[in-house]
Amino acid sequence: MIDREQVLHVARLARLQLTDDEVERMAGELSAILAHVERIGELDLEGVEPTSHVVEVSNALRPDEPRPSLPREVALANAPDTDGEGFLVPSPQA
Amino acid sequence: MIELTAKQLADAIGRGDVSAAEAFDAYRERAAADDLNAYLWVAEERPEAGAGPLNGVPLAVKDLFCTEGVPSQSGSRILEGYRPPYTATVVRRLAEAGAPLLGKTNQDEFAMGSSNENSGFGPVRNPWDRERVPGGSSGGSAAAVAAGSAPWALGTDTGGSIRQPAALCGIVGLKPTYGTVSRYGMIAFASSLDQAGPLTRDVTDAALLYAHMVGRDPCDSTSLEHPEAIALPSSERLDGLRIGVPRDALAHEGVEPGVLAAFEATLARAEELGAAVVDIALPHADHALSAYYVIAPAEASSNLARFDGVRYGLRRDADEGLLAMYTHTRHDGFGPEVKRRILIGTYALSSGYYDAYYGRAQQVRTRIAEDFRAAFRECDLVATPTSPTVAFKLGERVDDPLAMYLGDLFTIPFSLAGLPAISIPCGLSEGLPVGFQLGGPAFSENRILDAAYALEQAIGFTPLEVGG
Amino acid sequence: MSTAYEPVIGLEIHVQLKTRTKMFCGCELSFGDPPNVHTCPVCLGLPGALPAVNARAIHYGLMIGLALGSELAPRSVFHRKNYFYPDLPKGYQISQYDLPLCRGGRLGDVRIHRVHLEEDAAKLVHVGESGRIHGSDASIVDFNRGGTPLAEIVTEPDIRSAEQARDWLQLLRVTLRQLGVSDVNMEEGSLRCDANISIRPAGSDELGTKTELKNMNSFRFIEQGIKAEIERQEALLRAGEPVVQETLHFDPRTGRITSLRSKEEAHDYRYFPEPDLVPIDITDEMLEAARAEVPELPAERQERYRTQLGLNEDSAKLLADRVELAEYFESVLAVNGSEPQAVANWVTELAARLDEGDPAASKVEPGALAALVGLLSDKAITVGAARQVLDRLVAEGGDPKAIVEAEGLGAIGGGEELAGLVAEAIAANADAAEKIKAGNMKAIGPIIGHVMKATKGRADGGEVTRLVREQLGL
Ligand SMILES: [Mg+2]
Ligand SMILES: [Zn+2]
Repeated sequence: MIDREQVLHVARLARLQLTDDEVERMAGELSAILAHVERIGELDLEGVEPTSHVVEVSNALRPDEPRPSLPREVALANAPDTDGEGFLVPSPQA
Repeated sequence: MIELTAKQLADAIGRGDVSAAEAFDAYRERAAADDLNAYLWVAEERPEAGAGPLNGVPLAVKDLFCTEGVPSQSGSRILEGYRPPYTATVVRRLAEAGAPLLGKTNQDEFAMGSSNENSGFGPVRNPWDRERVPGGSSGGSAAAVAAGSAPWALGTDTGGSIRQPAALCGIVGLKPTYGTVSRYGMIAFASSLDQAGPLTRDVTDAALLYAHMVGRDPCDSTSLEHPEAIALPSSERLDGLRIGVPRDALAHEGVEPGVLAAFEATLARAEELGAAVVDIALPHADHALSAYYVIAPAEASSNLARFDGVRYGLRRDADEGLLAMYTHTRHDGFGPEVKRRILIGTYALSSGYYDAYYGRAQQVRTRIAEDFRAAFRECDLVATPTSPTVAFKLGERVDDPLAMYLGDLFTIPFSLAGLPAISIPCGLSEGLPVGFQLGGPAFSENRILDAAYALEQAIGFTPLEVGG
Repeated sequence: MSTAYEPVIGLEIHVQLKTRTKMFCGCELSFGDPPNVHTCPVCLGLPGALPAVNARAIHYGLMIGLALGSELAPRSVFHRKNYFYPDLPKGYQISQYDLPLCRGGRLGDVRIHRVHLEEDAAKLVHVGESGRIHGSDASIVDFNRGGTPLAEIVTEPDIRSAEQARDWLQLLRVTLRQLGVSDVNMEEGSLRCDANISIRPAGSDELGTKTELKNMNSFRFIEQGIKAEIERQEALLRAGEPVVQETLHFDPRTGRITSLRSKEEAHDYRYFPEPDLVPIDITDEMLEAARAEVPELPAERQERYRTQLGLNEDSAKLLADRVELAEYFESVLAVNGSEPQAVANWVTELAARLDEGDPAASKVEPGALAALVGLLSDKAITVGAARQVLDRLVAEGGDPKAIVEAEGLGAIGGGEELAGLVAEAIAANADAAEKIKAGNMKAIGPIIGHVMKATKGRADGGEVTRLVREQLGL
C-alpha cells in the first residue's frame, strides 16, 4: 500500500509535479502494482546473491586516449536556452 | 518487389534485377503513405549507405535509437523534435553493412508498454485489424514490417518489446542474448535488460540482420563478442532436439484457449520433425513479473532523470525557478505510464525500501537464471506462447496497468536471465496471429534460429498480403 | 569550572586525477579553456550515451591506495548516486558506494577509512538577473569540468585540532603530488576538502553530533574554518544548546559560519549498482603496474633522511615534502656526501632564494653547491662570504672557487692582520669591552660587527671571538 503522502514524497524525489487528481489515481494504481510485486516477499531468498549483471564481464576498461569532443555549437544546439557559451538555467541558489 | 523478403531483395539487388535506389524509393513511398501511425519520421531521400552485403535494403528503426540529425524521441513529448549529434552503434554498423535508414518507427514512450498506446505521438494500429493494438513497445516496427512498409526493422526488447509485437503482428522477432548487441545510442529504459534485435518477415531475415548487429563495442561496457559466427538457418528437421515446456507456467488463467491451441499444434509439428517435447519446471517464473516490475522501473527512474529541461528537450516554467522548471517540465513531458514507472522505481530504491524491493528482485533474478540453468540440463530450448493473448482492442487495457503487465508473462523470464528468445508466427486465433516463443541458453542464437526455421517451413504461416 | 572539550575531526578530500581524458569519456581534461569546448554525448548526459571507465583513473586510484597503505579491493563496483542539480547532467553521479577501490590505510598519524573513484560535477556560474529567464536569477553551466576523474579520500575521525588538520592535509598534498596523480592545487580546485567536526568532553569516548564544513579552498581557510566551527560548537554546548547535524559554509572574509542546506529536504540518494558498467577486478598485472610507479613518498623519505643521513627533523621534513628539493639535495650529496646536514642547510638557503622554483632549473649546478659546502668546511670562506657566493651563483652560475678568488672573499684566518683588526675594534668599542670584562659576553656584538665590516665578512666569527677574549685577558 502506498498513500497520498508517500506518492507526494516519491514524486518530489523524482522532481515530478502531480495534480491532485494524479496523486489520487497514482496512489490507487501504485498500490495495486505494489501489492502484486510484494509477492516476492514470500520467497525464501536467504543467502541468494543479487544479480545486477546477467553476463560475467569485468574490467571493460578504456585506454586514456583523447577522442574528439563536440564543437560547442553542436553541444548547445538542442539546449532550450543558452548565452552562446553555456547552458542557461534558473539559479539553484535563487 | 514489396513481397520479397529482405534477404530476397538483397539478392535481387545483388543480381542487378532491382537497383538499391528503386528499392529505397518504393519503400519510402509506402512508409510515407503509412496510415497505421507506424512512422514518426520518414527519410526524404536515400541516405548514403555502405557498400556492405545488405546491398541497400532499407531499414526501419525504432524511434529510441539515436540517429544523427534525425528526430530520435523515444516516443516521448519530452524529446519532441530532438535531433541527436550522434548515431547509435548498431544503426551505424547496419548502415555500413549496406542498410540505409528508411524511417523512425513509433513506440511506447521510452519503451514502456505492451500496446503502443503509450506513445506520446498517438497509438499505432495493427495491420491485421485496425481497431486492435500492434503490441509494444516496438509496435511501430512490427506494424511496418507486417504491413510491408519496411522490409525489416530494428526494435528493442526489455521485457518482451520485440517478441510480443512480433507475435501480435504475425512476424518474426528476435531478442538476442544480453550484451551481444551494443546499447550505445539506444535511449535507455532499463539498462540491465534492454537489448536491440530484428523484427522481420521470416527467420532467415532475422538471422541476416542479427549477424550484422552483433559485436563488442568499446562504448558499451556491457557488450561482448558473440562466441559464434551467426549463420543463416537451413535445417528442415529437428531430430534430437529436446524442447522443454514449462507446463505449470502455461496453466495461467490469462492464457487464451485459441493461443494455447496454436501453441500445442506447433509442439505437435515439432515432434513430427523429430523433436522431443519434455516437461520442465521454472519454479520462480511465477515471480518473474514481480521482479521485473521492480527492476525495470527502478533503473528507468534513474535513466529518465536526465530529462530535466537543462540541455535538450522540453523546458517549462524556467522563470518560476529551478524546482518549478524541473517538476513542470517532467509533468508535462512524460505520459502517465512513464510517471507510474518513475514513481514505482523511485519508491523501490528509496531509503528503507531498497532491500525489500530492489534487493529482493535482484535475488529473484538469480533464482530465475538458476531455474533456466537447471532446465537446460533437461532440454535444449524452451517453448511457450509469446503472448497469452492475441492482439487486443485499442483502449481495452489502458485503465488497468496490471492487466497490461500480465501480457509480458512469458517473455519476461528470458529477459531477466539475459537469454535469447525468438517469436515466430504459428497460426491464427480468431483470425489474429499467435506467436510461438523459443528460447535457449546464452549465445544459443544459432540453435534457436535453426529450430525456428525448421518450424517456420513446417507451419507455412500465411502472412498478411503486402504486395501490389 | 567549565568543561574542557576535545574536537573530533575527520576529513573528506576530493582529488582531481591528472589523467588525459575524463573518467567515463574521451574528452580531454582542461583548465581555463572557454566553456563547453570539451564535451561529448557521454559527459553531456545525452540520451543513449554510455560511460566507459578510464583505465588510468583506476591505475591512479591503485597508486593512491598503495601510498596510503590501503587494502585494495579484489572487486569494486560503481553505483549511481541519484539527485537533481543542473551541474549533474545525468541526474546521478557515478560513484563507488559499498564496494570502493581501497579500504583502510594510514598516512602519518591519521587512519584512512576508504578511497573511492567518482566523476566530478560540471561548473555552475551564477550570473544573477538575466534578461532571458525572467523573474529569476540565472546560472550558466559549463560541462568542461563535468566528468573529471575524482578520488575521494575519507579519513577516520582521528584529527584533534585545526592545526593538525592543516598539517595533515599538507602531508597528503605532498604525497599525492609526489605520486604524480594530481596537480593538488586548492585554488584551482584540484584538491578540495570537507571536514566533519564534532566536539566532546575531553576524555570521553562518545561522539558528539557532527557538522559538515564544505569546500574550503586553502590551507589557511581550513584551519580558520575548523577553528571557528569548534568555537561555535563549544559556545552552543556551554549555553546548553544542542549542535544540529547540518552542512555548513565558512566565509573567510567575515569568519562566519552559515548553514548551506537549511531549505533543502533530507537527501535520499537511492544508490544502486550502475547497470551500464561492469565490476572492476584488480588483476596482478594492474597491481604490479601501480606498484612500479609509486615512488618513495615524503613520510618514508623523511624517515630515511633522519635515520640514515642524520638530518635534523626540520631539514628532513622540508626536503622530503618538496620532491624537487629532495632530488636536488641527493644530486649534491652524490658529489659531496660527507656532510649531509651542511648540504641540507645550503639547499635550504638556495631554495629560499628561488621562491617556489625548482633548483634543478636554476643556474646553480649541484657540483657548485657541493664545492661551496666544501670551501666552508675547509674554513676557506666564512658563512657570510658563502652567502655572497651563493647570491652570485643564483644570478650568474659559475664555480664558487673562481668567484671567491675573483672577489677576494677568501677567509682571513688568524695571524697579524686579524689580530690588528680586533685590537682596532676593541679600541673603537670601549664600552662593549668593559661589559665583556665584567662577564657579559653578549656585549661582543658591536666588536664582531666592526671586524666583519672591515673584512667584508671574510673573518671567521669563532676566530674573532677567541682573539677578543685573548686580547682582553679573559
Ligand atoms: Mg564524493
Ligand atoms: Zn565527454
